[in-house]
Amino acid sequence: MFELPKVKRFRRWETLFIIHPDRVEEKQNILDKLQQIIESKEGKILKLEEWGMRKLAYPIAKRKTGYYVLAEFYGLSALPKDLENFFRIDERVIRYIVVKLDDRYVPEAQAQA
Amino acid sequence: MENQVTIQRRFFPKKKICKFCADPNLVIDYKNPEVLKPFLNEKGMILHRRQTGTCAYHQRRLTTAIKRARIMALLPFVADVELE
Repeated sequence: MFELPKVKRFRRWETLFIIHPDRVEEKQNILDKLQQIIESKEGKILKLEEWGMRKLAYPIAKRKTGYYVLAEFYGLSALPKDLENFFRIDERVIRYIVVKLDDRYVPEAQAQA
Repeated sequence: MENQVTIQRRFFPKKKICKFCADPNLVIDYKNPEVLKPFLNEKGMILHRRQTGTCAYHQRRLTTAIKRARIMALLPFVADVELE
């Protein structure tokens, strides 16, 4: 039978999430897990920005502050599904959003080759 | 007769210009709530573009940005309720 050529499509996203203010010490644990999920889908973190403790516009989980982390990354198209699954289950992350920046992204390693 | 000549419209509505079209450096981004705040009223509701003069293209982007910012608690859903 006719088979479609297997082409790896990469996309670029960014995610902003809020860590529970009482459990900021476990931040490194979450970041490691984030990197692990992204690398499992052949992606890479392009930019990691920590906004630090910020006041929330309204209380979430009975807290008025939260620790904001912003990450920009690329990977295969199935990545946000895994990522959102992790964020939803993890109790340390109280709010998250994943936004698509580019529908097509060519990683630098491939562009050079 | 002279009195009739002086009768004229006192109020001329000023033509509003889209803030984002006028200044290309101003980017609509949900991560920057300071840019979005002038487009909310004191209750935290999104202002009509009739009131702000924003063009249709930028109003669409503005509403999605405001809604994303609300999810991330950067902007309030309801502002007039004081936090305890």
